[in-house]
Amino acid sequence: MTNLPGRAEKLSSSAGSVVFDADVLVLGGGPAGTWAAISAAEHGARVVLADKGFCGTSGATAAAGTGVWYVDPAPERREAAMASREKLGGHLQDRRWMARVLDRTYAQSNQLADWGYPYPADDDGRPQRNSLQGPEYMRLMRKRTKQAGVTILDHSPALELLVDGNGVVAGAAGLRRQKGDRWAVNAKAVVIATGGCAFLSKTLGSNVLTGDGYLLAAEAGAEFTSMEFSNAYAISPAFGSVTKTLFYSWASFTDEQGSVIPGASSKGGRSVIARALGKGPVYAQLDQADAETQRHMRVSQPNFFLPFDRTGIDPFTQRFPVTLRLEGTVRGTGGLRIIDDSCATTVPGLYAAGDAATRELICGGFTGGGSHNAAWAMSSGYWAGHGAAEFARQLGTTVGREAFRRGTVGLRSSNGRALQGGALVRSVQDEVFPYELNYFREAGRLGGSLGRLDALWTDASNADVPDEQELLRGREAAAMLATARWMYRSALARQESRGMHRRDDYPEQDDRHLHLVTSGGLDDVWTSARPLASAQYSEAAE
Amino acid sequence: MIEVIDAERCTACDICVSVCPTNVFDKTDGIPIIARQGDCQTCFLCELYCPEDALFVSPFADAPQAVDVAALKEATLLGSYRRAVGWVEESRHLRAADRSYRLFGH
Repeated sequence: MTNLPGRAEKLSSSAGSVVFDADVLVLGGGPAGTWAAISAAEHGARVVLADKGFCGTSGATAAAGTGVWYVDPAPERREAAMASREKLGGHLQDRRWMARVLDRTYAQSNQLADWGYPYPADDDGRPQRNSLQGPEYMRLMRKRTKQAGVTILDHSPALELLVDGNGVVAGAAGLRRQKGDRWAVNAKAVVIATGGCAFLSKTLGSNVLTGDGYLLAAEAGAEFTSMEFSNAYAISPAFGSVTKTLFYSWASFTDEQGSVIPGASSKGGRSVIARALGKGPVYAQLDQADAETQRHMRVSQPNFFLPFDRTGIDPFTQRFPVTLRLEGTVRGTGGLRIIDDSCATTVPGLYAAGDAATRELICGGFTGGGSHNAAWAMSSGYWAGHGAAEFARQLGTTVGREAFRRGTVGLRSSNGRALQGGALVRSVQDEVFPYELNYFREAGRLGGSLGRLDALWTDASNADVPDEQELLRGREAAAMLATARWMYRSALARQESRGMHRRDDYPEQDDRHLHLVTSGGLDDVWTSARPLASAQYSEAAE
Repeated sequence: MIEVIDAERCTACDICVSVCPTNVFDKTDGIPIIARQGDCQTCFLCELYCPEDALFVSPFADAPQAVDVAALKEATLLGSYRRAVGWVEESRHLRAADRSYRLFGH
């Protein structure tokens, strides 16, 4: 391999492992990771991007189509865009962040147009930039990432972070699944862009999203926020994986006998669907879409129709069974807490972007669609890449720096039996999939679930290292388990209903809880309340 | 889940092995094999990237499905997703056919 100027350097390639030296390491190759890698490279850093799967097809965006929170800069349009979501999000958003994300998303989208993304034009010839086709978008992002001089490691999941003696992040180490060996990257800064956690629910494109980045960040001491906003469920055909909830706003929902289920709706009535699914099958039919809408749907989201075309169902004229698949924090708003405009986490040298980071700053306690998440991925990716490059530059030389592996569960030898990843995955799913535990929350049920999850954590912590073939699944299971515990502890702490967080025992929004919930910890999970930025400003002004 | 690698069409280019985000395929000395079907997330992306229309992903996400390759070919279902998104020459215009802006805000 030739090392072009500005490329990350391959230090050694001995049997069983490969080591790179870089300024910035980006973990995750979806939208946020690729934007971060390109941004870091543009700011002069030598960058390695490691993806668990394949940069270009990995993650929730590549398999789908997504709206983008792209809003014309006219002040009244921007004001309306910000105001429209505040009630839905429970007034937890931060106006300053909303404004800067709208600015940055506008710039990045126009950059995509310059790079040749085939945005459509409307009947008057005006370009329309508020939607992206996932496969097309991510194929382009892979190409641009390579052109920026970034070294991409595909099929290379990270297992753990490296941290120096001062607690500064110094890189990461992981597996190369298709080579059957290990990688390590010595880096001056790391961006976590590994997405959220959808608990292997097969919601479209999300099975690589198991919270891996959360776990390794937490092992280095990172904190989380808004993890109670983690119970998004998407509508899909009962047998299939394609979740495109937008299209169900043209649907009617019926029970086994064909009677309309009162109040069932994709928007504002999804909880009715969840309750009905607890009693029996629920059917949908997109009978409110006229011929023109049907044509628009076909060209806008071709994969939506694959499950129907391949089973001989006409979704506009025939009923088909539906289910709700857990999207967890992928469409929730919880994630790594960021502490400044460069998307730094609480750990020096560690940055977060995309769904791995909290989206509370622009969404509060609710995301209804990909639009805001897509905007956040572009914006936070850009900022995190820049921030990481700047951190690396200021750190200067790191020759001779010692780095320590921070991995815990599944990575430390013990006398116990080996970690059983597959079984642990199912045990965690049993606690987070059921609507009566996660969709509809209540203190007693949350407490019971946490008792079981904490016991699973103790067992997993005492387990031995699994063999190489089972190691990734073991770490995924541990990440899902840790995520579930931050979610439910945060859900217990928020004794009200707000945003997507719904408590049967506290059904109303209660403004004594108009704050954010921070969480963290591995063996001992903790939560604490944190004031909103707006409250801090007004306090400072007094 | 992925069900078919059609031996008649597959040229063993191994693109599917590379692009599958959940590492379902393995290379062999001949054409790739579906080594870990249970890890398939039914995202259809291998089909999209296959230049020979040799792959078929069944829409059933949770259970294997018996499929008849001859019938799939007869129904021109192999490659149907690639044609629908405009990743073949004759339907390139569909790459810019997104009408989501007409659907948002419903």
